[in-house]
Amino acid sequence: MKAFATLLDRLVLTPSRNGKLKLLADYFRDTPDPDRGYGLAALAGALDLKSVKPAMLRELVLERLDPVLFQYSYDYVGDLAETIALVWDGGRKERVDDSHQPRLSEVVTRMNSLGRLEVRGAVRDLLDQLDPSSRFAFLKLATGSLRIGVSARLAKQALSDMSGLGDNKRDVTEIETLWHGLAPPYEALFAWLEGKGEKPVLATPAIFHSVMLANPVEEGDLAKLDPKDYAAEWKWDGIRVQMSSFGGTRKLYSRSGDDITNAFPDVVEAINFEGVIDGELLVGGTTRSNSPTRTFSDLQQRLNRKTVNNKMLDEYPAFVRSYDLLFERDEDVRAEGFLERRKRLAELIERAPHDRFDLSQLVPFSTWEELDQLRLAPPDPVIEGVMIKRKDSVYQAGRLKGPWFKWKRDPYNIDAVMLYAQRGHGKRSSYYSDFTFGVWADTPNGQELVPVGKAYFGFTDAELEVLDKFVRDNTVERFGPVRAVRAEPDFGFVLEVAFEGINRSTRHKSGVAMRFPRIARLRTDKLPRDADRLAALTAMVEARES
Amino acid sequence: MKPEALLHPTPAGLFCPIGRFHVDPVRPVERALITHGHSDHARSGHGHVLATRQTLDIMRIRYGEDFCSSEQAAAFGEEIDVNGVRVSFHPAGHVLGSAQIAIERDGLRIVVSGDYKRGVDPTCAPFVPVACDIFITEATFGLPVFHHPDPKEEVGKLFTSIEQFPERSHLVGAYALGKAQRVIRLIRDCGYDKPIFIHGALAKLCDYYVSQGIDLGEIRPATVEKSNPEAFKGAVIVGPPSAFQERWARRFNEPMICFASGWMMVRQRAKQGGVELPLVISDHCDWPELLDTINEIKPAEVWVTHGREEALVRWCELQGIPARPLHLVGYEDEGD
Repeated sequence: MKAFATLLDRLVLTPSRNGKLKLLADYFRDTPDPDRGYGLAALAGALDLKSVKPAMLRELVLERLDPVLFQYSYDYVGDLAETIALVWDGGRKERVDDSHQPRLSEVVTRMNSLGRLEVRGAVRDLLDQLDPSSRFAFLKLATGSLRIGVSARLAKQALSDMSGLGDNKRDVTEIETLWHGLAPPYEALFAWLEGKGEKPVLATPAIFHSVMLANPVEEGDLAKLDPKDYAAEWKWDGIRVQMSSFGGTRKLYSRSGDDITNAFPDVVEAINFEGVIDGELLVGGTTRSNSPTRTFSDLQQRLNRKTVNNKMLDEYPAFVRSYDLLFERDEDVRAEGFLERRKRLAELIERAPHDRFDLSQLVPFSTWEELDQLRLAPPDPVIEGVMIKRKDSVYQAGRLKGPWFKWKRDPYNIDAVMLYAQRGHGKRSSYYSDFTFGVWADTPNGQELVPVGKAYFGFTDAELEVLDKFVRDNTVERFGPVRAVRAEPDFGFVLEVAFEGINRSTRHKSGVAMRFPRIARLRTDKLPRDADRLAALTAMVEARES
Repeated sequence: MKPEALLHPTPAGLFCPIGRFHVDPVRPVERALITHGHSDHARSGHGHVLATRQTLDIMRIRYGEDFCSSEQAAAFGEEIDVNGVRVSFHPAGHVLGSAQIAIERDGLRIVVSGDYKRGVDPTCAPFVPVACDIFITEATFGLPVFHHPDPKEEVGKLFTSIEQFPERSHLVGAYALGKAQRVIRLIRDCGYDKPIFIHGALAKLCDYYVSQGIDLGEIRPATVEKSNPEAFKGAVIVGPPSAFQERWARRFNEPMICFASGWMMVRQRAKQGGVELPLVISDHCDWPELLDTINEIKPAEVWVTHGREEALVRWCELQGIPARPLHLVGYEDEGD
């Protein structure tokens, strides 16, 4: 348990991706089976552990600590699991003997073998046996709230890195392909990664297959290409999904391989084919049902949920706009050309329920200029650009340059004024690199700058020096790590902010929320009085909705 | 005599009206008794200062020759009469020269502990419990959440990180007086014999510790202009935490920000401070040490100063020990 707890402690505070990968790879290499497998499962969100309710934990700690002292402690720490981990020893000074601490695998098997009435006593015993850091890790696992900024994908990348320490480096896509067919503690997987065992054989083909990704069109890319070799489709503003169906097992995966089957029973239950389909998950009606495709913010109502109720299913019906086929039944068709795969897909979708599945339409064009015109004036507000795919392209996982492109509508742009700055992390910890920016709004006090968003990338290193210097030279107030900077009509820093989309938001004071805002340019040529008004942003939202 | 007649809080700090002196006053006074050299306890501009030799030396290093009008050094255990009040200084185990001050008159003895700790620290004399009627304790870490681990284990985390990230410069934040020297000594005691680099703000105090017989091994300045970041790959650099947010820190290779402090016990606190590698090393008592000390001294009454007074007062009440908070202002967390 100690190794896993130490790993968590370090991951929480490590901002850089490479730093996290190193910590993870070292953990997988140095920790024995089956502990590392359970650790991997916990990180990838695949660990099944008997859950413990916060109320019970609170009762347990109050058996040994005065409620007033507990409250003072909780108020100070702010996190229940951490408070309990820290106060459990109370006034005791003796430290837990490391050699007698239970292993992660013991904790998992012990917890999962308990009857309902035995949980309380077992949790108490475990808390007594663990040191504070391991206690924290255990409580996070048991309450199911392991928030440490590590995605399943990152954990798999670390597995690949770890295998590369020998001379049999396994590619992450290969691990990804196996992943959904395996279960904790993944001993066969680790043996294969370390070159000590055969590649694990999958029990079911209904697993996630790594997806093919497109590159954004950049200056001059298309001039070199013949439009006749390419097909185009609308790029819809939903989320990329993979549907997998074999012998009664039907699964829906997100683009990163997360299993989202349970959140979309309406789509999954409608699957009447066998194979693997790549498509866009959207809310609203299919083309064939003649009702409109709804916006991303409607889709968001259905995302990040473990389960879904009937009201949600009624109000926000989901469907899949299909655009590729990886398997037809158990036949792997990924080596065929895009148009051949599409032909198979069209036949399959034709027989599928009309209200849940449709086929992504091709956009006819003969020159890149013509496609550019279409892209800038799409027939539907939920379209965010076009996809360009080489007609003969095979389906290849990863982001290869050439076969597939995405050509988005130009992102939105506004001129905003820097209001607050905060230091970055890691390499940027000595720079003010996170900026809150605002635009002008009518308030009871007249025209004022109101915050509308936050951006921490988009600028070059040289631009960062300029931004950092401005913050240091013009700080008017400090709130902990945050500095407020001068922002007056005739003095301040104007930033051109680009973003991918904009929605209404009740969570933000300004009433709008941007998607992926970034700093496009430093507008040292402009004064804050020239910056945009909130009305311009609300107009963007309205234009999007109409 | 009522204890308040011997010592009571005032806006300038604890005041003894009979002896006409203050203890650790936060503003200039005529006569000051100082427990230790941290800047919130030892300020410049007093008339007469009574403190240990080392505390006086440290004040001179920090504030210059004229830090007070006249000074008097107190040896540990020596009894000194101040206007009819008997005072004596006893080791507090906090930093070099730190003392508790016992104040006695007509059979009533009050001990002002100043900041203190009970853990092992080779850079200063260990805490000595002094029997008393009233024990005035700090409560910097006065919450049941604080359990400081073995400092050597914490240094082990630093070594592990240097092994895992040999290309990164490890910047260890430690306050200039006490913590910095203790951390360097700990690193040495754990077997590290490469040069340790220090920020300029630490130089004089490190030199002073060495002159007092505390071996810190090879210390090099990390403040050379136009130094080559390559030279600091995998190096240990000790400096005041505030420096890590300044341009100074940019000379290092992918700095790994570490912070040696009792506050690092709480994850959120480390996260907010942008600390990547927290090292829980404290120069104050943790919760069990506070309780053990009170149980050991068995004072008739406990007064609690700066820190989380309410929790320690609550604990005393639960034990049936009369206790009250003093609500002194002006003492910050500098020492940790």
